[in-house]
Amino acid sequence: MAGLNIVIVDYQAGNLRSVQKALERSGAQAAITSDERVIKSADALVFPGQGACDSSMRHLREHDLVEPIKAFIRSGRPFFGVCLGLQLLLEGSDEGVEPGLGILKGRVRRLPDGLKIPHMGWNQVKLLKGHPVLEGVPDGSNFYFVHSYYADPDDRSVVAGVTDYGVEFCSVAAWENVIAVQFHPEKSGENGLKLYENFVRLVKSAPTQAAWR
Amino acid sequence: MLSKRIIPCLDVDRGRVVKGVSFINLRDAGDPAAMASFYDREGADELVFLDITASAESRETMVDVVRKVSEKVFIPLTVGGGIRKVEHVRKMLEAGADKASLNTTAVQNPGVIKEAADFFGSQCIVVAIDAKRVEVGRVAPPSVPAGLALGEASRWEVFTHGGRTPTGIDAVKWAARSAELGAGELLVTSMDADGRKAGYDLELLRAISEQVSVPVIASGGAGTLEHLYEALVAGEADAVLAASIFHYGTFRIEQAKHYLAGRGIPVRQKAAA
Repeated sequence: MAGLNIVIVDYQAGNLRSVQKALERSGAQAAITSDERVIKSADALVFPGQGACDSSMRHLREHDLVEPIKAFIRSGRPFFGVCLGLQLLLEGSDEGVEPGLGILKGRVRRLPDGLKIPHMGWNQVKLLKGHPVLEGVPDGSNFYFVHSYYADPDDRSVVAGVTDYGVEFCSVAAWENVIAVQFHPEKSGENGLKLYENFVRLVKSAPTQAAWR
Repeated sequence: MLSKRIIPCLDVDRGRVVKGVSFINLRDAGDPAAMASFYDREGADELVFLDITASAESRETMVDVVRKVSEKVFIPLTVGGGIRKVEHVRKMLEAGADKASLNTTAVQNPGVIKEAADFFGSQCIVVAIDAKRVEVGRVAPPSVPAGLALGEASRWEVFTHGGRTPTGIDAVKWAARSAELGAGELLVTSMDADGRKAGYDLELLRAISEQVSVPVIASGGAGTLEHLYEALVAGEADAVLAASIFHYGTFRIEQAKHYLAGRGIPVRQKAAA
């Protein structure tokens, strides 16, 4: 897709190749970058990640990426967070001491004891509200999860999907120009690819937040 | 609810899948990417690729295999066999693997589990354990650390080098140690049950599952769908790995899932149209 500039943020948190390949399959060439200028000029941002909140936040700070990412979200352009890319949007995490990006009020909490941690494998997402990125995804679809902590936003109106693992947690958050998921769509087979396809289609057809609602 | 996983295991020799599906008209049943796509369509929850040659040269070939498979398949991929150090783990992950499985190397140098888990996260590190029932009179050599050595109560011994080398290590103790060091998952193969199609070693699976808080993948012995069920219930496993029952078309994955769902096991099934 010529001219469409989707950018994957690289902050040394996990393998980004599969995210890139999933976007490729959805018809978009996406650059992987940690260059703030590239982020500033992006049409859409994908913010994936795996690993620990603290080291990731430190990495974002050291590479002066915190402000560019926040500015990008404020600009109203499409933003897609994946796994840690959802958790880092909150104010802080039980996992560490570093503050998060603080875009979303609330905290990241540890999954309750008594079940195996990490929560690893396929689990269902109960959809609470519709969203263009979730179009064509049946309610109760399975997605692949790998995580030990979950996002707990104060404002429950952003919760677009929930998943049960000892606690019913927010597995999809969506508001304005932001959608962020706890699972790995790039590892969730057809259902997961659907999210990337929808995202790419949306970026192509509706590059501003007004069209997201 | 978290689904129990069904994981086909593909053996790779010099870049080709051996013992591949022969019952379906795949244009090239030896091509890892074609096989992976096939099992993805079949409903496999993850895939394990095992380099059975496990040499320095075959590792390079394996990197290439992983790269090609991950271009086509968007479910989790684990790669094992011949991974000797953290650098090899990195190569596999960069090529597109989601998890690397350590076996012989982990036993020889347990520090590599911690090193790899600290660096890439526990979720990427699988420790594969080949276990065999302890022979009568078998005693651990003095070189085995006391905390891991076979004792009077030991029932299974760890073997390395593709099951050729006894170690004197108690498999249940080793499982617990691996998890402590940072393994995010354990792939437990019963050498006694492997290839016999008479069922998994349920006692082994349960003994390990009850010792660790990380997911356990059952391996070795599947011959019927009932065996899968037993491993998940009596064996308390989180996932079942199988090779021949799927490769030779004894059962299809959807069939296995349908059976398990019918017996109340949560599995990921294709959404009803």
